[in-house]
Amino acid sequence: MNIVGADARQMARLNGREPIVRFVGIGKTYDGVTRVVDELHLDVERGEFLTLLGPSGSGKTTTLMLLAGFETPTAGEILLEGKPLSRVPPYQRHIGMVFQNYALFPHMSVDENIAFPLSVRGVPAADIAKRVERALDMVQLGGFGRRRPAQLSGGQQQRVAVARALVFEPKLILMDEPLGALDKQLREQMQLEIRRLHQRLGVTMVYVTHDQAEALTMSDRIAVFHRGKIQQLDTPEQMYEYPKNAFVARFIGENNRLDGKLETHADGRCTIRMTAGDTRIDGTLVEPVKNGDVVTVSLRPERVQIRAAGHTLNGHPGCRLAGSLQEIIYLGDHVRARVVLTSGGEFMVKRPISEAHTLPRIGAVVDVFWAPEHCRAFAQES
Amino acid sequence: MLRGAAAALHAALAGADDDAGDLRRALRRSRRREQLRAAALVLPLFLFLAACFVVPIGAMLSRGVIDTDITRILPAVTAALKNWDGRDLPAESAYAALIADIRTAREAGTLASAATRLNYDVPGFRTLLFSAGRQLPAELNGSARDALIGIDPKWGERETWAAIRRAGGPATDFYLLGALDLRRDADGSVVGGPSEQRVFRDVLGRTLWISAMVTLMCVILGYPVAYVISAQPPGRAGVLLFLVLLPFWTSLLVRTVAWVVLLQKEGVLNSLFLSLGIVNEPLKMIFNRFAVYVAMVHVLLPFMVLPLYSVMRSIPPSYVRAASSLGARPFTAFWRVYMPQTLPGIGAGCLMVFIQALGYYITPALVGGADDQMISYFIAFYASRTVNWGMAAALSIMLLTATLALYAVYNRLIGVERMRLG
Repeated sequence: MNIVGADARQMARLNGREPIVRFVGIGKTYDGVTRVVDELHLDVERGEFLTLLGPSGSGKTTTLMLLAGFETPTAGEILLEGKPLSRVPPYQRHIGMVFQNYALFPHMSVDENIAFPLSVRGVPAADIAKRVERALDMVQLGGFGRRRPAQLSGGQQQRVAVARALVFEPKLILMDEPLGALDKQLREQMQLEIRRLHQRLGVTMVYVTHDQAEALTMSDRIAVFHRGKIQQLDTPEQMYEYPKNAFVARFIGENNRLDGKLETHADGRCTIRMTAGDTRIDGTLVEPVKNGDVVTVSLRPERVQIRAAGHTLNGHPGCRLAGSLQEIIYLGDHVRARVVLTSGGEFMVKRPISEAHTLPRIGAVVDVFWAPEHCRAFAQES
Repeated sequence: MLRGAAAALHAALAGADDDAGDLRRALRRSRRREQLRAAALVLPLFLFLAACFVVPIGAMLSRGVIDTDITRILPAVTAALKNWDGRDLPAESAYAALIADIRTAREAGTLASAATRLNYDVPGFRTLLFSAGRQLPAELNGSARDALIGIDPKWGERETWAAIRRAGGPATDFYLLGALDLRRDADGSVVGGPSEQRVFRDVLGRTLWISAMVTLMCVILGYPVAYVISAQPPGRAGVLLFLVLLPFWTSLLVRTVAWVVLLQKEGVLNSLFLSLGIVNEPLKMIFNRFAVYVAMVHVLLPFMVLPLYSVMRSIPPSYVRAASSLGARPFTAFWRVYMPQTLPGIGAGCLMVFIQALGYYITPALVGGADDQMISYFIAFYASRTVNWGMAAALSIMLLTATLALYAVYNRLIGVERMRLG
């Protein structure tokens, strides 16, 4: 899925090329108390699509603004192609940027908007016309040049903003939640379009969003931000399948969360005594935690099976909980079953539509069970 | 059966028609109620404006074009001059009519009014008319023409009679032409007035020039202020706006007099400069154009800041950031991206300041010199000092026309609906 970007990165490493951007110990505070960005180290590889993902206030947008030059770090240094950026004003950084509300200049036509970065650079008029036309074609807006931004739909404005950020051929393009204002269908279409543009042009893109599905769809790598720190930096697949802490597990994808205390652990496997009821379950210990400490267990709903009690399936003995099936929700492409556990608490199970007719009846006593590698135990979120 | 069905259908259709008619009537009724209610709400203000504003101002302005004194006081001669071709002296009958009119007017005591009106046009006419009234013999022997010319040879000049005819009304362009330093000669063609009386073109030009300079200074001083305020967080912006509006809580007269205190020869500023040794003798800062500019800019500045602030507040900072990220230096980003978006504010501010400046009276009168008086000063002069209401009205018409023309130009260039007043 992300072969092109992954290969580019691999090649970059093999060639011994340094990352295009390096954040070295970057810190940012507005009031001297709260660290909006806290001791950030991050390398952006040449040619990759990197997404900064996190809830609002996590520091992702500030990180982007620091890179664009609209904020100055209070600690550390940002290197662009090895050169420190702190003394370089935004207009000399040569970084394209797409803003949240596009920031298309309302008093200029689409053509003039796209020509703006070229004309301020003193590109000859004939070249400008050619490059503007090419940029418009690239975002499939040929013939729209004479219009004003206000005469375009949201998706079209979005494309103009992308064309304007691309037209002066920057090596790096930043996007600050550019699809936030679009409706769902258009947003998904634009996600694919931007990804295709990225693959075609090979330009490095740093993308900020709070939408995890968007991050998973588009990125080569994702950096999950929380409280000014990167919680995990990984490919979408690794991020989803192997979250490294309870925050990432909670923030990305759906989760069944159970609380308990670590009883024993060895070789990454562990036994947890659940807080509710007198049950123990087995799982994979992700973070180093002492025996007796409180842990959070995370189970993806799609990794859980459900059977009526007294079934003959022989699962792993420590990977099973009993409960009663309360509700079945039909969602077209899959079904969800809501189970109330005997030990207390709710549990969500997600099964493919092909299994819909094999589910137990509502009210039935059931077992939910899973493979031990899918039951991941983290230190409790602080 | 078929017929029955047809009849039923017909009835149903008629019923539908009736229904539709009822619906339309009900709609009309409810609309009329709404309109009446709206009218009732507007009516008090409408009546107030009509009674206290539109009617008196209309009546005042009409005096600039209506001219009925002479037809009223000297009816016979006005009638006699209707058929005069103006090439030669009027006929004997006109002279006789004038003598009759003068006698009647003397008895009625209205001759002075006629003399005043004619004196506006031809200086010396008052004496001419009064001496004729005094010296005319009780019984006229021989030609009326010879009798009048005998009293004063001016009765033998065409210009004298043309002046009477010009004042014959009922409408006149005498005052309006006068407001532009023009007059009609004996043949009725428009010519420039005598050079020693040409003042109003200068006054009009000066009024426009002072207003333009004040507007320009307000833009230069107000734009950065509005920009700074618009960039503040809402709480602090409120405080700063309050400071900008502070002058509004003081009367115009007090503010102007305060400038007199500050700027006069022994005033605060001169004392300060002298004590600091910046100057050796007091600077002349009052009763000149400088003082007019300072005081007017001070008074009018809020009218520039408010619309500018209102427009600037609505421009998100991302535009300038976008321009900057696209490679524009700060000045380019300002000039090509920010400033064009503030044009509606600049337009509204300039319009408000300029139009108000055009009509300024108290401030130039108090702090300006003789050569700094604007058109309103002359309107006041004619209205209250010489009681030449025709001239006052004509100058007011000039002022009103300039204002409306300006408004029309603004509407054409920027569009009044884009105007933001705060």
